[in-house]
Formats: sequence, structure tokens, C-alpha cells
Amino acid sequence: MAIHITLNGKPHAVERRMDILSLLETLKVGPASVVVERNRNILHRDMFGSIVLKDGDELELIRFVGGG
Amino acid sequence: MKNLTATQKIRYSRNILVPEIGMTGQQKLLKGRVLVVGAGGLGSPALLYLVCAGVGTIGIVDGDRVELSNLQRQILHTSEDLDDLKTHSAQDKLHRLNPDVSIELYNKPFTAKNGRKLVSGYDFVIEATDNFKAKFLVNDICIQSKVPFCHAGILGMFGQVMTIVPGQGACYRCVFGNIPEPDQVSSTDQVGVLGVVAGTLGTIQAAEAVKFLIGRGKLLLGRLLTFDALNLIFREIELPSPCCEVCRAAKLIQ
Ligand SMILES: [Zn+2]
Repeated sequence: MAIHITLNGKPHAVERRMDILSLLETLKVGPASVVVERNRNILHRDMFGSIVLKDGDELELIRFVGGG
Repeated sequence: MKNLTATQKIRYSRNILVPEIGMTGQQKLLKGRVLVVGAGGLGSPALLYLVCAGVGTIGIVDGDRVELSNLQRQILHTSEDLDDLKTHSAQDKLHRLNPDVSIELYNKPFTAKNGRKLVSGYDFVIEATDNFKAKFLVNDICIQSKVPFCHAGILGMFGQVMTIVPGQGACYRCVFGNIPEPDQVSSTDQVGVLGVVAGTLGTIQAAEAVKFLIGRGKLLLGRLLTFDALNLIFREIELPSPCCEVCRAAKLIQ
């Protein structure tokens, strides 16, 4: 059974009880390379492993972009 | 407010004709003071548009010299300016573009020591720096000094931009927290950056400064606008309320 979230504005299906860290792993995104915003709250990086995704979550992976 | 001269009325006629600007808006621009930190990829287009729009006083902070590898994106500088100070190269072009504008040069990097003094005399700051340390520093000093500013970052074919009016929405640190570890993120030295991305984002920063000075429209507050040039997609990410320790220390959190 999958749940449905919105990932960077697009519908995305994930396994039930998946946490943020595992999601980043499946997306091959390094946890220290992005900021994660869930339902308009910025998540602490050390909480990624303990925050479980819920149906309807709106997730934004925000890149660090340092050039100018 | 000071009346425009006959020459100014002609020079700025296409600004004045815009209903949202008009004569009053143009007078506000001529009275405005904007500090641009970094005269590189983002700073070049921002400076060109602010100067030709007639923003009265423009400060430029940059301690670097023009390098050959800058020229594919830093459109203020030319092959003739190699090894010259970026501030001098910028002033040369900008003065010829519009001698009306008074240009103040700071030939040094923006630091924790000089930052407060640098931003203090300006209405609005454009953060056009090329590294995370400077981006966080400009943010923190603008928040502490309660000076509004516009952040932008560019990398490869991607960019992001947000405007911060201290206390009105998230600041850069509210979103990004701390300087990332260098081995966790890419830099323009590794993956490059396309000139048009710098042009697009720097131009948006100039638009925000103009809107702020004339007091019209809706600024990019509490929203991060991302630009993906490869797929030509602009996206807006809604940001949280102010939530970082710098906003808290500046008493900007209720
Ligand atoms: Zn903040």
C-alpha cells in the first residue's frame, strides 16, 4: 500500500511508514545537500530519520545554490 | 520632492509612462539608495538595470579583479578590463550608461567587521555574492540592521531568488540554517553556471529593488522563486514564518 505526497509540486507515491531519510535515499539525494520543508515547516536535519511521511504531505527539497 | 530636469524627463520618459511608476515613482527612484554586494554574474545585470532606471545612488561592494573566466556571464566587464578591479570596471560602464547616478565604490569584500557600516546608509541591498559564507553574512547583517534585501543564488542552469524585509517572512537563514559542508554541495567552480541564469536572476533582483523603492506591487516575501532554465520552469516555494536565531535575536519573531 502506498501513500500519496506532493514532492516539489508533483504527485509522488511512497511506501507507507517511510521516513524522510529513506525517501532521500531512494531519490539518491544526500541529506546534507538539501533543506527539507514539510507542510511549510523546515525540518531539522537530525530528525530526518524519525519523521514519517503522511498521506497528503507537501514536501519541498530545497537545493543549496551558492553561486553568484 | 525634487522636480525632474528636462533631460531627465526624456531619459526616464518610458519609466514615467508606466502607470505604476509615473512621475512620483521616478522621483522615488532618483532619491533611492541601493547597495549591490558583488559585481559579478548577478551584480552585473542588477547594476545595469538599476543605473539605467535612474536609482539615485548605488553602492558596489567587491574586492575582486576581473578574470577571463568571469566574462561568459559577468556582462559589466569586458576583455579590456582583465585584472582591473571589478568596482572600477563597473563604475566605468555605469557612469557612461547614466551619469545621473552617483556611484559609491567599496573595493573590499563584505565582512562581519565592515558589513553593518556598509548596509547602514542604504534603503535596499542586493545580495549578489558568489559564496555561502557571504550569503549568510549579508543575511545576518541585514536582519540585525533591519535593512530589506534580495537574495539570489545560481548554479549550472538553475537559480533561486527571495526578498527579505526583516520580520515579514522567512529570512535566508530561516530556510537554509547554516553554511553547508563544501563536500555536500556543488559550486560554480565544479559545475559551472550559464550566463543567462545569472542574467535572469540578477534582473529579478533589480525588479525587486525598483518595486521596493517605488512602493508598488507585491515583493517576493515569504516565497522562494526557483528557476530551472533547462526545462524553463519557474516555481514558487512557500516559506515558513521567521524562525531562526538571528530573527529571534533581532526580536522579529512574535
Ligand atoms: Zn531568520
